[in-house]
Amino acid sequence: MGSHLWGAAYMAVSETRGLGQGEVIYEESSVRLFTIATVFWGLVGFLVGVVIALQLAFPLLNLDLPWTTFGRLRPVHTSAVVFAFGGNALLGTSLYVVQRTCRARLFGGALAGGFLFWGYQLFIVLAASGYVLGVTQSREYAEPEWYVDIWLTLVWVLYLVVFVGTIIKRKEPHIYVANWFYLAFIVTVAMLHIVNNLAVPVSWTGAKSYSLFAGVQDAMTQWWYGHNAVGFFLTAGFLGIMYYFIPKQAERPVYSYRLSIIHFWSLTFLYIWAGPHHLHYTALPDWAQTLGMTFSLMLWMPSWGGMINGIMTLSGAWDKLRTDPILRFLVVAVAFYGMSTFEGPLMSIKTVNALSHYTDWTIGHVHSGALGWVAFVSFGAVYFLVPRLWGASRLYSEKLVNYHFWIATLGIVLYITSMWVSGIMQGVMWRTYDSLGFLQYSFVETVQEMHIYYVIRALGGVLFLAGALIMTYNLWRTARGEVAAEGPAAAAQPAE
Amino acid sequence: MPTKVEKDSITGTETTGHEWDGIKELNTPLPRWWLYILYATIAYSLVYYVLYPTIPGFDGLLDTNNRVALDDKLAVAYERQAVYRDGVAAHTTDEIAGDPELLSFALAGGRSLFADNCAPCHGLGGAGQHGYPALGDDVWLWGGTFDDIETSILYGIRSEHDETRFSEMPAFGADEILPAEEIAAAADFVLSLSGRAEDEAAAAAGAEIYADNCAACHGEAGEGDPSQGAPRINDQIWLYGGERDEIIAQIRKPQHGEMSPWVGRLDPDSIKMLTVYVHSLGGGQP
Repeated sequence: MGSHLWGAAYMAVSETRGLGQGEVIYEESSVRLFTIATVFWGLVGFLVGVVIALQLAFPLLNLDLPWTTFGRLRPVHTSAVVFAFGGNALLGTSLYVVQRTCRARLFGGALAGGFLFWGYQLFIVLAASGYVLGVTQSREYAEPEWYVDIWLTLVWVLYLVVFVGTIIKRKEPHIYVANWFYLAFIVTVAMLHIVNNLAVPVSWTGAKSYSLFAGVQDAMTQWWYGHNAVGFFLTAGFLGIMYYFIPKQAERPVYSYRLSIIHFWSLTFLYIWAGPHHLHYTALPDWAQTLGMTFSLMLWMPSWGGMINGIMTLSGAWDKLRTDPILRFLVVAVAFYGMSTFEGPLMSIKTVNALSHYTDWTIGHVHSGALGWVAFVSFGAVYFLVPRLWGASRLYSEKLVNYHFWIATLGIVLYITSMWVSGIMQGVMWRTYDSLGFLQYSFVETVQEMHIYYVIRALGGVLFLAGALIMTYNLWRTARGEVAAEGPAAAAQPAE
Repeated sequence: MPTKVEKDSITGTETTGHEWDGIKELNTPLPRWWLYILYATIAYSLVYYVLYPTIPGFDGLLDTNNRVALDDKLAVAYERQAVYRDGVAAHTTDEIAGDPELLSFALAGGRSLFADNCAPCHGLGGAGQHGYPALGDDVWLWGGTFDDIETSILYGIRSEHDETRFSEMPAFGADEILPAEEIAAAADFVLSLSGRAEDEAAAAAGAEIYADNCAACHGEAGEGDPSQGAPRINDQIWLYGGERDEIIAQIRKPQHGEMSPWVGRLDPDSIKMLTVYVHSLGGGQP
């Protein structure tokens, strides 16, 4: 592999320059860029989410223009929050964490970090511009066409090389658990991305391609990808974040090393088989549906292992939740993680799925994980990182972190409760028969009933976005080295 | 390998002796409840594998799969409806309407079918909307008897089906059949047919133009002719709007609605039930 030789040569240079003096100089310029991008794409993703939530409540907001219809903006939202916001958070924190827990400068140094950053942003911009112009593979969470996929593959392989290279260079005898999770995320996402995007371009000068798979095999490949994007991008990767930032912020040892081993391996082994639960009661053969359901059920405890390790790490430091809003973000994130990883196995049970599938319940489930877990743990990490990366003594305002926390939490509660009610109502209406055996409700009638819940959901999104704007302001002032006049951090108000 | 195993003062648990960037780990054993629930989910899955389809070609000891289960449920549902369905199949629409039991079955089925297939255009309950006729009133473009309604549903309006109902009003303005001032005069006369003339003199001037160009289809007094799909225009029901400028626009370059044929998409008995339902909405003719 060419990049390997190049990397080895570069390492030799950095060895002579940075590491020879005993003190490790960490590569932070790219981490700073990734942190800025996390906040920026977070705002973009939340804003587009609010727009499409409003479009569902008020369809006129599609504006009757092809570029602004729900169908095109929806992948802009999902990709912006998952791959742009979440992805930048993962890349940035992983580069930060791997260096510190290995006591080694980033393999490839600032050059590799910079290339990773700009290469990844190019992927995001190419993908999103394609969606708006109508260029899509129509594969959920894998909408970018072949030329974007190839570019991302190159960037991702470099990411793997940089990450593994840093681990190999480590000065610590053991590899820290956060790095196991980051590595599982990087390796598995590479595999998922390549297999699900195997396609034949119609021409080298056109955007269109055709998938190598067809029919139910195509559906199965897509949901093997789709579910593991949740499992390895949004779960394993963010558990990596959790395993570093919670013990650091709580200043307590990780609760159980043994649990981290068992839940890591059981989670990685079981998750990869759970995808067929997205295809219950379809043309997918029954035995594959059985596989998806049972592996999802067995995944319950391996998922909760992460929650236990996150929450129990606070043993002996519970009082910090009263005074430390950053820790509150991190711990509530783990609580939402526990809730949605209980809800997930529940919804994979076929009889439950018969009610929940295709309804808003699924949307609510995804957002309790996305807003509550992924976004909250990222917020916690970003609040932790910004003062350290910009050399500030502390955050500009802990009071604003507190506002952010409560406004965003209220937003999540509105979002998921409205979608539970709407989804279960929708599912029940679809399956209600009259005494003569005819469907009681038409599809149109279910849509009419859902309107009010769509309005509530959009309101929840607005609150979540408002919280993120408060965070952005707070981080901006922090990076400028300013401190609000609100007394020392320790005197911040306790939780209400 | 662990070098610095310590006892954590708060929990009393030993650490593993590893440390990364200040982070240590406790060597706490696996929580028992966690382990037991994990075992329970595994045990549940093993039992499930024996009872339900697990390997291709083997449907488990319960010998069932999705397809069989669905077929069984549908068979039960059809069995419960069989006596009514047979009745609908064996009778014409007006006979169904004359039998109270069959009528209530057909109305229930028709309501459900209408909501899923017709309501997107004609509105729930046949309320209609701009460009899509209301079906709850007693004015019919193509007639409101059982046979008329069934024919419209079966073959559609201006559809691709050979038997479709078809009519087309000439584009008097766009095709330069009448000059603009005569079209305006005709519109003034049309307004007078429903007692809404804005200018009596202009309406009188349009009377002859109407008689020469419009009356053959729409009738001398604007009463319409369902046999050729010519709308009645002396009432307050307007498919494309009844204001003067809307009437002029329709004379200049008429809009024509289309309805797809439902024969082949719905089975004949469903179409019968739909017919009975639509007939019941308010304006069914004997």
